[in-house]
Amino acid sequence: MLKNRIIPCLDVKNGRVVKGINFVDLQDAGDPVEQAKIYSDGGADEICFLDITASNENRDTIYEVVEKTSKKCFVPLTVGGGVRSVDDINKLLNCGADKVSINTAAVQNVKVVEDSSRKFGSQCIVVAIDAKRNEGGWEIFTHGGRNPTGINALEFASKMEKCGAGELLVTSMDKDGTQSGYDIKLMKKISSSVNIPVIASGGVGTLDHLVDGIKSGASAVLAASIFHYGTYSINDAKQYLASKDIPVRI
Amino acid sequence: MNVTIVDYNSGNISSVINSFKEVAKDKVNLDVTSNLNKIKLSDKVVLPGQGSFKSCVEALNKINGLEETLNEFAITHKKPLLGICVGLQMFADIGYEETETKGLGWISGKVSKIDNQNGKYKLPHIGWNQINIIKESKIFKNIENNSHMYFVHSYEFIPKDTNVISATTDYSSNIVCSVEKENIFGTQFHPEKSDKFGLKIIDNFISL
Repeated sequence: MLKNRIIPCLDVKNGRVVKGINFVDLQDAGDPVEQAKIYSDGGADEICFLDITASNENRDTIYEVVEKTSKKCFVPLTVGGGVRSVDDINKLLNCGADKVSINTAAVQNVKVVEDSSRKFGSQCIVVAIDAKRNEGGWEIFTHGGRNPTGINALEFASKMEKCGAGELLVTSMDKDGTQSGYDIKLMKKISSSVNIPVIASGGVGTLDHLVDGIKSGASAVLAASIFHYGTYSINDAKQYLASKDIPVRI
Repeated sequence: MNVTIVDYNSGNISSVINSFKEVAKDKVNLDVTSNLNKIKLSDKVVLPGQGSFKSCVEALNKINGLEETLNEFAITHKKPLLGICVGLQMFADIGYEETETKGLGWISGKVSKIDNQNGKYKLPHIGWNQINIIKESKIFKNIENNSHMYFVHSYEFIPKDTNVISATTDYSSNIVCSVEKENIFGTQFHPEKSDKFGLKIIDNFISL
């Protein structure tokens, strides 16, 4: 039986780990390679790096981080943040990323998703959707959650599936950093409307939130703070999910 | 010993290279190349493959003489070869991804899309699934039955002769996830991304 994945996410800036709260207020907290290794040794099913380096001159730092990590961690590595083109994707994959997540570029130019999934295969193309509630449902935002687009999240999710995305990483902007749980309604809506796996993200504060995320239909749950600050270990999370009859790899 | 990972522009093979380097250390001379002479002189060959069946076959055919060299290596000389993911799928006679495409024909059978049972199962089949070892295989030495391996694929290999199947995994139906036919080995899952057990499989192959 396919197991539900637990994915710790590390926010990386200028080659160092930080964790954002509502996408601002960053605190420096360590070496991403070491952190990733701790997670993979601890049983993480996958590791996610989100590069939030703002300045162009420091953009190359992520390549070095990915290259070093992929030589030490032998579980899948997903890298996102600032990915603009097929060429960026190619570079990350060559450095040892297994999947690349695309956010702003997917909204601005669907060809990036189409071309990259055709060139490298859908299995390595993840489209990251940052969604915020509005009156009619959810609207997607780009540029790390700064720019509204007027695009409906559900429609966009279906479109990305058609364009060749292999997975969707869905982050609720209302919930991100609040530690009050995923936006369950959003996860349910999106995962029931597409036939590709959905990774739930944004808002985890307790292990019950992970359980709720899986029950909403997501194939994987992503969390940053609860793991990063040592509130829970990956193993704690897995044992807890198993105790709730959710299939996990232990 | 010389082990060659065939680099034929089949997509992302960094992880395969990294994992073999980790396991091989100084024991093995590891080459990543499409140089036909180097492949001929190798003791073992790894055939990775990502993307679609069609794109991998096309990439392989683009390198003049590569298919013949691999045929010679695996079929004529019967030297050990490991296919990973689409590398395994290409053993088939034919694949149906994108369009009908001829495979290497080393293990008779076809590659078709996993039945998602009207959307009941998400595709790609991504994540950790347990392997059900149904036949002793040299690459499964010290691998326990029901070990977890990392999968990511939407198509499955259906061999005509079920005797070649060494393991299956349960997703929608019993999917063939490992084959062994004499000197030819293949895994649908990614040993290079399957943590300690995956590295053990790579070690088993190198130690053959």
